[in-house]
Amino acid sequence: MAEIVSLHDAIAEHVGDGATVAMEGFTHLIPFAAAQEIIRQGRQALTLIRMTPDLIYDQLIGAGCADKLVFSWGGNPGVGSLHRLRDAVEQSWPQPLQLEEHSHAAMAAAFHAGAAGLPFATLRGYARSDLRRVNPNIRSVVCPFTGEELAAVPALRPDVGIVHAQRADRVGNVLVEGIVGVQKETVLASTRSIVTVEEIVDDLAAPSPNSVIIPAWAIDAVAVAPGGAAPSYAHGYYGRDNAFYRAWDAISRDREEFRAWLHEHVLEPQTTGADS
Amino acid sequence: MTIAASRALRNDDVCFVGIGAPSAACNLARLTHAPDIVLIYESGTLQTRPDVLPLSIGDGELCDTALTTVPVVEMFQYWLQGGRISKGFLGGAQIDRFANINTTVIGDYAQPKVRLPGGGGAPEIAGSCGEVLITAKHNARTFVDTVDFITSLGHGGGPGDRAAAGLSTAGPVLVVTDLCLLEPDPETRELVVTSLHEGVTREQVAEATGWPIRFATRLATTPPPTAEELHVLRDLQERTERAHARA
Repeated sequence: MAEIVSLHDAIAEHVGDGATVAMEGFTHLIPFAAAQEIIRQGRQALTLIRMTPDLIYDQLIGAGCADKLVFSWGGNPGVGSLHRLRDAVEQSWPQPLQLEEHSHAAMAAAFHAGAAGLPFATLRGYARSDLRRVNPNIRSVVCPFTGEELAAVPALRPDVGIVHAQRADRVGNVLVEGIVGVQKETVLASTRSIVTVEEIVDDLAAPSPNSVIIPAWAIDAVAVAPGGAAPSYAHGYYGRDNAFYRAWDAISRDREEFRAWLHEHVLEPQTTGADS
Repeated sequence: MTIAASRALRNDDVCFVGIGAPSAACNLARLTHAPDIVLIYESGTLQTRPDVLPLSIGDGELCDTALTTVPVVEMFQYWLQGGRISKGFLGGAQIDRFANINTTVIGDYAQPKVRLPGGGGAPEIAGSCGEVLITAKHNARTFVDTVDFITSLGHGGGPGDRAAAGLSTAGPVLVVTDLCLLEPDPETRELVVTSLHEGVTREQVAEATGWPIRFATRLATTPPPTAEELHVLRDLQERTERAHARA
């Protein structure tokens, strides 16, 4: 059952050193405020799971929070490389980063399997891709009905799943609108889950009975974090800060410049608000 | 290059669109000769009609202008793997003579010279879309004899390789570069130049390709951009540039 707590307390209680953490939001509703709280609380040795690491994991990796990354596409969308990710992989700075690399289709299927309580996911995928050669977690199964050989990947079962959403009601039911990505799967696949929201309201005001709602009893903690998805965006609340995504290229390219940015915008303010 | 790529798209195509040149080409096609083309971005936006080109595959613009938006799991399982998409559009850091694509690493995987973003949706786009189009700047660093890493399968090592991998789709049917058009040879599946853009010579293409490139017997010249194509594309790019510069 969801407890409504502060962002500080949600992270302090549910995210421990060495945890496997999935922070999802497919280009939309990316939980930046929660990630920056993890950086402020100085978590170490995390295994980070995310389809598209984006700036959010560039910051966590550059801050030295992560040992391992499970991912399928690691770039700054439309801009170029994630320089902190590349620096960790190519130069082991600030520490080495182990990679487990998949495709989007496999990651999505693996979250789905985790949410469904299945041990693995199958897909018609990875045809002759060298990803099979470098990732021992990509294997094959034979269909018991047709004999067809399919790719198999283990279900994703993070210790903690963290997503951002538009709003929650006072009980902790959560509404997600717009590009919904794999957020629902992430919450349901994870042992514990945290949802940060733009606001808490008396009435969720779901636009239709088919709206994406995550019930309070499927969530562990709900925390208010206005602007918590910036510089990504929250459909109906604020737009994507594309100019910041572009600016990140220069900020993240240089280690010292990155450190200065982190100090000024994440470590120094000591607030739970979002940064952009 | 964008204009030549847009011409390869038909009004009845259902197209899985990537960011950058593919997105520009697909929207140019929609705004010119293919008004009913269905554009799908992997963030789950189906039948979207963006007014400005997205910087990421999940910009709000895509969701706001889509017929519907579906979860990513559904996107890949029902729509892509289910065989509902006729054309996929890919780029790559390296492309070899059989149109295999590398978007993972330059050099050794464990100790890469350059760590690239990775596969994303591409391995399954290459496998499950009816046909695949590829766009890339033409130079010998990109068009290599053998890719360092096969992220997404093209034609493998030649005829029969896709079928052996369990695939029944056509794979790459056209590569559009800033110099020419290349298509797989019907017999060997090796890429051959079938059309040179206006003013481009065979020597230029040969120099910019990392294997002894072959030219089709009936080598065409790509028709130059029309005034309408240029006007619509520039207009789209200006709108996009203005929108993304705003903080």
